[in-house]
Amino acid sequence: MIEAALFQGLSWNPITDLQQLFAFQFMVNALEAGTIVAVMAGVTGWFMVLRKQTFAGHTLSVIAFPGAAAAGLAGLPVALGYFSFCGLGALALAGIAGSRRSLSAESAAIGSLQALALGLGFLFVSLYHGVLNGLDSLLFGTFLGITSRQVGVLLAVAVTAVTLVVVAARPLFFASVDADVARARGVPVALLGFGFLLVLGLSVAATSQITGALLVFALLVTPAATAHQLTSRAVLGIALSVAIALGVTWLGLALAYFSVYPVGFYVTSLSFAVYVGVRVGRFIARRRQDVALAPEPA
Amino acid sequence: MFAHEFMRNALLAGSFVGLACGLVGYFVVLRAQVFAGDALSHVAFTGALAAAVFGLDIRTGLFAATILGGIALGVLGDRARADDVVIGSLFAWTLGLGVLFLSIFTTRSSAGNGTAGVRVLFGSIFGLSSVDVRVSVALAVAASILLLAIARPLLFASLDAAVAAAQGVPVRALGIGFLAIVGLVAAQASQAVGALLLLGLLAAPAGAAQRITGNPLRGLLLSAGFSVGSVWIGLTLSYAFPTLPPSSMIIASAVGIYVLAVAATAARDPRATWHRLTSRGHSPAAAGHVHDHS
Repeated sequence: MIEAALFQGLSWNPITDLQQLFAFQFMVNALEAGTIVAVMAGVTGWFMVLRKQTFAGHTLSVIAFPGAAAAGLAGLPVALGYFSFCGLGALALAGIAGSRRSLSAESAAIGSLQALALGLGFLFVSLYHGVLNGLDSLLFGTFLGITSRQVGVLLAVAVTAVTLVVVAARPLFFASVDADVARARGVPVALLGFGFLLVLGLSVAATSQITGALLVFALLVTPAATAHQLTSRAVLGIALSVAIALGVTWLGLALAYFSVYPVGFYVTSLSFAVYVGVRVGRFIARRRQDVALAPEPA
Repeated sequence: MFAHEFMRNALLAGSFVGLACGLVGYFVVLRAQVFAGDALSHVAFTGALAAAVFGLDIRTGLFAATILGGIALGVLGDRARADDVVIGSLFAWTLGLGVLFLSIFTTRSSAGNGTAGVRVLFGSIFGLSSVDVRVSVALAVAASILLLAIARPLLFASLDAAVAAAQGVPVRALGIGFLAIVGLVAAQASQAVGALLLLGLLAAPAGAAQRITGNPLRGLLLSAGFSVGSVWIGLTLSYAFPTLPPSSMIIASAVGIYVLAVAATAARDPRATWHRLTSRGHSPAAAGHVHDHS
């Protein structure tokens, strides 16, 4: 019956279409969850991009996969697996960042950690034969099967994560922009870095349950990257990042509702389109500026 | 163990893929481009599934996607050292496309082809035919030779891009060419260990080698040796315990070697070596140094 409703398609009457969008409880849940996830990812993602921790963020989001698989294998609640593995991952990443080695050693360590996580995930899935069909949903999520209870948990996690980031926003911003000066001024840079990774892990774990381990990253990085292209002011940037994340999530969910293709495709494509649009716009603007400022070719 | 043809095929192909991964991985780590390897693994996934959807040979899709992806990463990035946010945004979208292809493919071919996505993501080294083996050995050798041919200027450009450029080394072209080779090797590796795990073969053996020695030649050899060794250990483990998937075991061996290398060098202070080796090394920090294998 749900299938029949799904494939009704667009009536091209915006009011009917909107009504249809909210007609089913599962869709309302998906929209609520999407909204919560987008706000959380927009805020934490903005700091992630500022701190140049894209690779660490991606690794954290991937670690959710072995977490869920291990929980499935051990017969524990999946949420427990998500949260404990992402917590452990945040610890490991903080250890790697704290070792202050060169960039190349750090990237090798993070890469090894990520590959190990994925390898373990696949190992757990293979050991637990039954879940092989669930592999796709572990990796790519089930946006359209969210219960009201999951929305409640998600809301609690999101409120915690966003509150923590907002409370620590000023020193975190300082520590991210200039760690050395911040350290000299007595800002606990290492503690902040670890705390931020934990919050990132928390939000990634909550988000993965719904978007799947592989798609969290799209919401974390692309809206934030777009916001950083547009402004370097913190408050405006975070607001923009959240707004873009919200926009693409809502539109993506709506598009997925009226078509047969997965929501992950729409969300990632829309956010990437926004990002490319902004970069191209900035490129053209800068070219014009350069031409105006310096008539002779460089 | 050698009585089975599938095992001989796996060992032969795996050794050469491991060799190419170890050599290329050394430069990937040296240039701090592991994240680019991560991106290429997603490109590999999407490329293979796109080929499956359009009814082309999966391998063609794989190689075309990763080599073009490597070139794209090189061109997009600042001065051929692709910048993380650009890469991240690009591969998030690539992955979204991959999901689209996966859903098209699985809905279209309802008859038991649902594991295609899994095979692409996590490899099927035990399922290689002897033609597959010959192709992958030839390509791995080609990639290694290409890499060794540009190794000297590439090393120079990786260690100090500014000086290399001043001396007339084509730094940008080398960066792009190098990422194209990484793409070729990534496609190879994703046949062996799968698109998601190839990162481990690129990062872990090379990371271990660079822990142990700062000498580039010895580092390259060690990296290749570790990589081939982890393929052998992984395949043997998986043969001995058939419930363990080979790709997971190969990655676990590679990471195991890495952890051992970190532990073994923990007593030495390698910071001085790292300073000499990396142009972008951090200044020695005031805080004591913490070991990074948490």
